[in-house]
Amino acid sequence: MSLKDDLTKLRDDGLKNIENATNVKKMNDEIKVHLLGKKGLITKALRGIKDLPVEERPKVGSYSNKIRDDIQTALDKKQEELETIALNKKLASEKIDVTLPGDSVAKGHPHVIQSIIDEISDMFMGMGYEVLSGPEVEEDKYNFEMMNLPKNHPARDMQDTFYITKDILMRTQTSPMQARTLEKHDFSKGPLKMISPGVVYRRDTDDPTHSHQFHQVEGIVIDKHITMADLKGTLEYLLHQLFGDKYDIRLRPSYFPFTEPSVEADVTCFKCNGKGCEVCKHTGWIEVLGAGMVHPNVLKMAGVDAESYGGFAFGLGPDRFAMLKYGVDDIRDFYLNDVRFLSQFN
Amino acid sequence: MRVSYKWLKEYIDLDIPVDELAEKIERSSVEVDSVIKPSEGLKKIVVGQILSLEDHPDSDHLHICQVDVGDDEPVQIVCGAPNVEKGKKVIVALSGARIANNIKIKKSKMRGIQSNGMLCALDEIGYPKDVVPKEWADGIYFLPKDAKVGNDVYKYIGMDDELIDLDVTPNRGDMLSMYGTIHDLSAIYNKPVNFDNVKVQKTSGKKTADQISSDVDSQIALTYKNRIVNNVEINPSPLWLQIRLWNAGIKPINNIIDITNYLMLKFGQPMHAYDLDKLHGNNISVRNAKKGEKITTLAEDEVDLDENDIVVADDRPIALAGVIGGIDTSITNDTKNVLFECAVFDPIKVRKMARKHVIHTEASQRFERGINRGGLDEVMENACQMSNELANGEVCDDTLNGSEFNAQPVIVNITLTKINHVLGTNLSSEQVKDIFERLGFDTKVDGDTFVVTVPTRRWDIHIDADLIEEVARIYGYDNLPSTLPTTTMTTGKLQPKQQLIRNSRNILEGLGLTHAISYALTSKDKANMFMMQKSFETNLSYPMTNDHETLRMNLVTGLLDDIAYNKARNVHDVALYEQGRVFYKENENEDRPSEIEHISVAITGSLLRSTWNEKAKEVDFYQIKGIVDKYLESIGFANQVEYIANADYPEMHPGRTADIMIHGHYVGFIGEVHPNIAKKFKINTTYVFDLNLQLLSNLHKTNQSYESISKYPSISRDIAILIDENITNNDILNVINKRGGAFLKHVKLFDVYNGEHVPSGKKSMAYNLTFQNKRDTLVDDDVNKAMDKIQRNLEKEFEIEIR
Repeated sequence: MSLKDDLTKLRDDGLKNIENATNVKKMNDEIKVHLLGKKGLITKALRGIKDLPVEERPKVGSYSNKIRDDIQTALDKKQEELETIALNKKLASEKIDVTLPGDSVAKGHPHVIQSIIDEISDMFMGMGYEVLSGPEVEEDKYNFEMMNLPKNHPARDMQDTFYITKDILMRTQTSPMQARTLEKHDFSKGPLKMISPGVVYRRDTDDPTHSHQFHQVEGIVIDKHITMADLKGTLEYLLHQLFGDKYDIRLRPSYFPFTEPSVEADVTCFKCNGKGCEVCKHTGWIEVLGAGMVHPNVLKMAGVDAESYGGFAFGLGPDRFAMLKYGVDDIRDFYLNDVRFLSQFN
Repeated sequence: MRVSYKWLKEYIDLDIPVDELAEKIERSSVEVDSVIKPSEGLKKIVVGQILSLEDHPDSDHLHICQVDVGDDEPVQIVCGAPNVEKGKKVIVALSGARIANNIKIKKSKMRGIQSNGMLCALDEIGYPKDVVPKEWADGIYFLPKDAKVGNDVYKYIGMDDELIDLDVTPNRGDMLSMYGTIHDLSAIYNKPVNFDNVKVQKTSGKKTADQISSDVDSQIALTYKNRIVNNVEINPSPLWLQIRLWNAGIKPINNIIDITNYLMLKFGQPMHAYDLDKLHGNNISVRNAKKGEKITTLAEDEVDLDENDIVVADDRPIALAGVIGGIDTSITNDTKNVLFECAVFDPIKVRKMARKHVIHTEASQRFERGINRGGLDEVMENACQMSNELANGEVCDDTLNGSEFNAQPVIVNITLTKINHVLGTNLSSEQVKDIFERLGFDTKVDGDTFVVTVPTRRWDIHIDADLIEEVARIYGYDNLPSTLPTTTMTTGKLQPKQQLIRNSRNILEGLGLTHAISYALTSKDKANMFMMQKSFETNLSYPMTNDHETLRMNLVTGLLDDIAYNKARNVHDVALYEQGRVFYKENENEDRPSEIEHISVAITGSLLRSTWNEKAKEVDFYQIKGIVDKYLESIGFANQVEYIANADYPEMHPGRTADIMIHGHYVGFIGEVHPNIAKKFKINTTYVFDLNLQLLSNLHKTNQSYESISKYPSISRDIAILIDENITNNDILNVINKRGGAFLKHVKLFDVYNGEHVPSGKKSMAYNLTFQNKRDTLVDDDVNKAMDKIQRNLEKEFEIEIR
């Protein structure tokens, strides 16, 4: 047998053994060392090359290199194959129940009324309105008189008031911020565009639809040419943003002492889509806010030239919005802070 | 006010479905509370005639009636009504009928006798008991003789009408009448008003002024008119009139009283009728009441009066002016001579009196909102003529005017430019003139200006803005364009304090706390707890309950109330924060308190829930401290916060409470609620902090900055010391930080131990120190020197032992 034949046989036997190997370590220890190790058969055979005639050496040399490469390639391939099998087996054994609950992570919830106020604030800031806050303990003067509600005005009966003294009260509405800002605003520096969210108080017994404490957002725009059409557009934008485009909005005549004309805005009942149900008292509409063109008396009392300036104002109740939007049927839920209630809002 | 559609149609030609009409009224005039169809939901209720009547053998009050309902055979019905009578036409609910309150009538046996239906009283088919006339209150109702047997009953008793219940705003008192409603509808639909013009046909030759004199305070009654109708015959009103009243929710009483109520519905003008013969003397006065006077009203309530009340009086009060009459002078079946009163009472005085005595009537409601001051004579004419027609009364020639105000139409000028300017419309002069004329306002056009004459029936209109509203609502809000304001550019942003508040909310929610909104009005006791500064109370002058009488001076008690509410509902893990105002008064006489924004947290139970592989940890001081630290760091106070133990809060655990200081300013406190307080609130162990957000807003905050990350490696060393247990972490840190040299970057406490192998009175504290030179590789030698120095100084300051 020639050296070449020896090498061929070593390779064929080696490849067969590699093919049958099942353990990487054993394969490397036995087959690899046996063939390619320092004292391995192929190494040994290669040493025999120097005994060959000079002209044959290159040929046999390159053949033997090829055989060594073949074996090494087979070893590498088998090793990868065996490792993959081993890894897959390990991974299979590591399987977990992915349906077990995740760990508890600290997560608080915003209050739904605050979320609505923030949403409204962001919307109006986007339209260039300032957001201002006013005192909750208010003077009769701002809460009523400067809002065109002199003492003994019948509309005062619409709002039962918590008085602190004869002239100091818990504000019943955020409207006094109209008077306060009108009084301060410097119209030479541009229009007044502001909203004012806040807490208001009424002398009501708490029940599912009444709370002695609730929220309002007041808004006012005064400039040289602000129209009722602007009010309509603004309210439509606001209500569509809050409740969705698919609902209709209607304006109805109403009465507030501090606006003339006054309107109330209704939105299609969400519950019945306008067909009529308990929620909308079978009218198909839900009243959501009051608004109007600022009454000239309000402007005059705040020292604004009512001939040159005018505009609109509106007031809305985030509590009511939240009740309507989420079907909350008891306003007290907003103030009792049951965690099971609060944590439903994100 | 409930407006009858049938009645409306007598004065205006309308032929549209009632729901459509209601929607139109709502979009153009006033709110519609509901549309009522009295016969809706009723079924198989017909006219029957009682053919025969026999006593029930087993009952002393039941009768067995054979009732003709238009079928071949009469129907046998057992009836218990006391007034059941042979020959009468009655309301029969047949078997299978549906009567009021959705009750179904079935064939049944009553004490053994078959009954195939029910004879009905008015309230059984839907009229509230309080509008059913007295004579029909305790029995079945008898229909008119001409009612056709077998027909549905509805048309005979007005149940075929449709009623629009108007919710009238305070400015539109005119809509509390048919008269006002019709004029508005006339404008809305552009149809003429066919209002009748009733005049007294015949007078008796007698004089009111001969029979009575009056003495009127015109501050109380701007106009006060009386007219006498003699020799009336008191009877029930004719059915048409009764129907009008009961459909409007008013109980028919007798012809004279019904006339006054009918005219109030028709014109919006409340009237009163006195029995002339029951007056003491022959002079009546309109005046303030005197202290000590009393009156028993028609509702049979005895009312004590004082000088703020206004009355009509002879030698005693005989009516609360504009509110309700007295029973002593009321019209009864024996009345012969009637004194009518038609007046304009002062709205404010009426309102105050009605509120004070809590007597709100149809009359007071109208006087409070105002009435048509120009319409009194017409109403008086109607009343007298009707008294003649319905009660054979003899009408006196004259009306006695105790006071009289000459109401004049108001003239308001407005320009087309102004209207279009305010509404954002492009209306033409013709359109606007048309609207005014449809409203019945006489209008002259002078160039751009309209000179509008507003009749007295629209006393709510005084200024041009009022006219703009009229144009807008008649033109239709639906027809207005929709635009957004165009002004010079303005920028919208939150004020710095508002931004801080919003950030604070977001940060605390991120840290696991849920936003609570509690009541700012609380009890005196709670208002005064957990105080961060001395303050006087702000109290309501007339609180409704003791639970809500004082403005809070802390946010913590509100949160503790919330925790108690949750605990009572078996929710034991609660982590809440509140952001809101507290109300401080530095001295007692301050008018208004300062309103200071605070932010507060309360945690009870565990912040995190236990899960299958992780047990929850109960909240403790260090957890809530971690939260306040993170929060303060996030709003710009990193490494500037100091905690100083404070045992002096009466409501806090004396050993587990600290003041929170920033740059030496006291901004709040943190710790465990005192167990006694927790017990009082009925809550478990709770940790809280309360911070004055106003102070945090005012204090200088570190600007957001950036420090490049060093590429040189850091070296870390540990040091463990045995130290007296009274020495605080802060004391030790102060020494380490002071002596650690320029390269000491960070000190971290990683162990505190005082168990086994630690002598009593001592504790073991272990710190990990990190050193780094930003500009060069740090060598061990430098670190060793720093560590030596730290150790030496610790030994010098405290009696420590290095472990």
